[in-house]
Amino acid sequence: MATDQMTVQASGKGPQPTVKPAPRRSLPVLDRRYLPVLGTFVVLVLMLVIGGTRYENFLSGRVMANLFINNSFLIVVAVGMTFVILTGGIDLSVGAVVALSTCISAWMFLHGWDAIITIPASILVGTLIGWIVGVMVHVFEIQPFIATLAAMFLARGLCYVVAPESIPITDATIVKLSETRWEIVDNFAVTPSGVIALSVVLVAFVTLHYTRFGRTVYAIGGNEQSARLMGLPVARTKVLVYVISGTCAGLGGLLFAVFARSGYSLTGVGMELDAIAAVVIGGTLLTGGSGFVLGSVLGVLVLGLIQTIITFEGTLSSWWTKIVIGALLLVFVILQRLLVVRRR
Amino acid sequence: MTGLAQLTRHRLFWPIVALFVLLLASTLKHHTFIEVTIRDGHLYGGPIDILRRSSILLLVALGMTLVIATRGIDLSVGAVMAIAGAVTLSQIADSPDPGSLTTVALAMATGLAVCLVIGVFNGFLVAVLGIQPIIATLVLMTAGRGIAMLITGGQITTVTSAPYKALASGFWLGLPIAALIAGFFFAVVAVVTRRTALGVLIESVGINPVASRLAGVRARTIIWTVYVLCALFACIAGFLQSSNIMAADSNNAGLFIELDAILAVVIGGTSLAGGKFSLTGTLVGVLVITTLTLSITVIGIPVNAVSLFKALVVIVVCLLQSPVVQHKLRARRRKAAPVPVEVPA
Amino acid sequence: MTEQSTTPIVEMTGISITFPGVKALDGVDFRLLPGEVHALMGENGAGKSTLIKALTGVYGIDSGRIVVGGVEQVFSGPAAAQAAGVSTVYQEVNLTDNLSVAENVMLGHEIRRFGVIDWHATRKAARGYLQALNLDIDPRSSLSSHSLAVQQLVAISRAMVVDARVLILDEPTSSLDADEVARLFDVVRTLRDRGVAILFVSHFLDQIYAISDRLTVLRNGTLVGEYRTEELSRVELVGKMIGRELEVLSELETSSERAVVDWTGTPYLQAIGVGRKGSIEPFDLDIFPGEIVGLAGLLGSGRTELARLLYGADHADSGETRVAGEPVRLRNPRAGLSRSIVFSSESRKTEGIIGDLTVRENIVLGLQAERGWLRRVPSRKADEVVDRYIKALGVRPANPDAIAGNLSGGNQQKVLLARWLATAPKLLILDEPTRGIDVGAKAEIQKLVAELASQGMSVVFISAELDEVLRLSHRIAVLRDRRKVAELVNSQDVTTDVVVDLIASGGTSA
Repeated sequence: MATDQMTVQASGKGPQPTVKPAPRRSLPVLDRRYLPVLGTFVVLVLMLVIGGTRYENFLSGRVMANLFINNSFLIVVAVGMTFVILTGGIDLSVGAVVALSTCISAWMFLHGWDAIITIPASILVGTLIGWIVGVMVHVFEIQPFIATLAAMFLARGLCYVVAPESIPITDATIVKLSETRWEIVDNFAVTPSGVIALSVVLVAFVTLHYTRFGRTVYAIGGNEQSARLMGLPVARTKVLVYVISGTCAGLGGLLFAVFARSGYSLTGVGMELDAIAAVVIGGTLLTGGSGFVLGSVLGVLVLGLIQTIITFEGTLSSWWTKIVIGALLLVFVILQRLLVVRRR
Repeated sequence: MTGLAQLTRHRLFWPIVALFVLLLASTLKHHTFIEVTIRDGHLYGGPIDILRRSSILLLVALGMTLVIATRGIDLSVGAVMAIAGAVTLSQIADSPDPGSLTTVALAMATGLAVCLVIGVFNGFLVAVLGIQPIIATLVLMTAGRGIAMLITGGQITTVTSAPYKALASGFWLGLPIAALIAGFFFAVVAVVTRRTALGVLIESVGINPVASRLAGVRARTIIWTVYVLCALFACIAGFLQSSNIMAADSNNAGLFIELDAILAVVIGGTSLAGGKFSLTGTLVGVLVITTLTLSITVIGIPVNAVSLFKALVVIVVCLLQSPVVQHKLRARRRKAAPVPVEVPA
Repeated sequence: MTEQSTTPIVEMTGISITFPGVKALDGVDFRLLPGEVHALMGENGAGKSTLIKALTGVYGIDSGRIVVGGVEQVFSGPAAAQAAGVSTVYQEVNLTDNLSVAENVMLGHEIRRFGVIDWHATRKAARGYLQALNLDIDPRSSLSSHSLAVQQLVAISRAMVVDARVLILDEPTSSLDADEVARLFDVVRTLRDRGVAILFVSHFLDQIYAISDRLTVLRNGTLVGEYRTEELSRVELVGKMIGRELEVLSELETSSERAVVDWTGTPYLQAIGVGRKGSIEPFDLDIFPGEIVGLAGLLGSGRTELARLLYGADHADSGETRVAGEPVRLRNPRAGLSRSIVFSSESRKTEGIIGDLTVRENIVLGLQAERGWLRRVPSRKADEVVDRYIKALGVRPANPDAIAGNLSGGNQQKVLLARWLATAPKLLILDEPTRGIDVGAKAEIQKLVAELASQGMSVVFISAELDEVLRLSHRIAVLRDRRKVAELVNSQDVTTDVVVDLIASGGTSA
């Protein structure tokens, strides 16, 4: 009797015709994944056009060069943040780590350390904090938000201990780094900081797209459980993205030290929000698994341009920067959301 | 299993231990810290001070707990506080009679109305458009302070208004009014969530929003509501804060309070992944954070190092609460059971 | 197959695993030979998944030995198991759909040159692995653009990349249609002939008999025995799985006399041209009090979509719905609920159970949602309701404070049923209520549905198992390609073949 029941069920399945539709598309004309970045690029171009038509000298080499120079540290920090966000995590500690790195380098220079030791040390401080975060997130299963928040308090607290007052940096290497400008054309100069930032972007791009580690980052962001069951080194990768983000923040701190030539504990307050905003405006999904490091660079440039335009406008008060960034964030987030909904 | 072992596994055990250690340390340093005396008919002393200083954070954390229980997060609370202060104080400053109760009440009503709109906006982004809470509220976290400065014209608006000042500095029945306000709202939320079904519905939405909707729960309305509530509580916190300094400082009002509030909620044992929430836990978390800040000054550690100690306490408490450490602690008592890895179906 | 002569590739002896409060596996032995398809059988909760997870290193074992390829192994996780040649393809296809097909196949094994990935060579390799399984798809295409069946084959291709000597297929067919199953089986046979040992888990007995050489039966975490498939009849197999006489099943056979339905009155629910773009074309459907209407059709034919419109889980963009003769607009689940219509989703975990809440809270949730948040269900009433349904439906454990997420699939289904029955519905829509639950619980649920209908409740019953639909339903609506193509009154003459023909022909004759 039971047998009948079982067989009927399956014989019912036997002769059924298949009605499954074929794969919906073979080769997309433009991969959907590039749409958000393209959007950012369009915004950037629009801003350049608007700025160029409204203000004299806006598109001059000097202004454009300054855009890169003033934001080189943010580019580096945003690159690190991109790694973390691609895995679906978040790193709130970067602003404080930037501050800690500048404070430590200022403190070490003050106490007579040589640049050859100080510079690596200030970067490695970031690496160390990133590693601590990674261990907290991975080994102790503390949510990234809380772990990096703790790291933020930790780094900020250490800043006050190291440099309660602003410490000027007079080290020859740093001074030289900050004063060097390689002029290319029409006042468009490149600084060592800019070169470092661009190299970081390049290395990050290759790492994300041409190494197994990079692809694992995307896989974890897509579906962490699957990545684990596929036998990918999820644990190592998750720790490593925080190490990368910390290192980038450390390097960002060094670049900031070069930029400001002082170490101060209140440096980079809220920089993590700028970095997150840049990454999101650059088209990376906060849920992870989708986005590009080049998008984050565009995001930083968009933020920088807003600042530049408001400076050029002259009559606009500084708080408009925040309002415009917020509004832009809103627009991008809603657009991304629509894109995701349409994909379903 | 012994009673003690069970006690150490209670999720509020370590936070409460931390609280006692802090109080003890402060008392050892200054023997009078723990004493409560009556002066001018008001209660004075360390504990009262902690209560008064906790009120702002408690209000913010109260709303945050509800938001987090629905799997959300609200980063905009600090900015909302700034806007609340800016709106209210600007209106009081512009009025012909800043000292009158009516003026203050009207100004506060305006502040509440503006914050209501903000809450509705946040809730709309999250509940209707389905944008991730962290990014939806990041919008106002970024833009909010700009808006507050727009309202005050970039100035720090100061006022002189006795009724408004009483909010933060006044006493009633010997207790600080600020603490009474916070305590009142805490009690209201506790009673409303647990005596009605709101609490369990918020939890069900937080644990499984899709299933909750299909079960007939108004998931969208509930999510929307918690963001509105969170903005309103932040608004009241903004009143207390601006009353404290009698000025609307758009740059610094409630700066980083969202982080403290989230910490308080997490220390209190509510998971950022949503679901089961504990208001008592949040209260303990708030007290730990406030006491920490106060103790550090009492003990004589430089104020600048506050965040260092905050970090240490957070790290220690979170580590002790983390499932891994809890598991290890338990494993010492009995043989380890395999940790099942959840494979989503 | 010459399995008798070969030595096992996998040999597990005396495996025991204890979860808090449960002995999940108790001294289980298991052998898997190269070049065989071995079915792992047992009811839900018998320990099949646990055994697989023990083998793949997802769970640690408390005692016992695992020998793979002659070497004793303690796998630290899926990665270690894969390195030793043990690969698993899960029911829910564990790939990442934000990446391309090629990447999913090759992730972690991309071909590198000078330390960086050579994408050209990697894609070429991926294409090779896909073609080895007769899968001719563009490796650059996004994984999410392919059907679940293709994704499953992609997952198997991936297993081949790591040179799997043992391939575990955990319920791979539960979401596939017949053609897709046939295609999968072709691949499985090809691999078997190449000497891969295949461990196959499925609830479909026919498939077990079609593909497996030997089988191992588990019950309640213990080993019942190991058999050659051809030497064990289906009745014997089911008997060994459920470990009791087949009373429940035979009882159901006799109790399937359907109560008579009065088709002259007003239908409880009447759908006139109701439809929703992109989900189901406009359809008419009447459901009378005391009637069970079965929905038959393949996966993706629009069964679920139709049911969701009847409840208000999605809102219709055309047509009119009448409840008890009165036009209504079902815009959201609450609208359905307020008309005494309830809907139990096919996805228990994601759309049904609130995992972290207790059984009690889960059961009361429907009632509470109906009352709104202000009017809490009084605890005495809640106790009474919960108690009654736990008893009536035989929810195990019978503990209202148990966390619902920890219950087995069948018991979660019962909790969901309790949630809905507690609201005293007039129309109960059940989407695959018996999927993935054991034979005993299945029979109980079928019996319950028949009883409820005989008491006057209207029921819409959806199941992939046609005989189940036929046994229960008074009328059957046939769906195909997101369209209702036929409707027939159930009788002796209506057999599965009749319905299958209707599905195949698209109902042109009806």
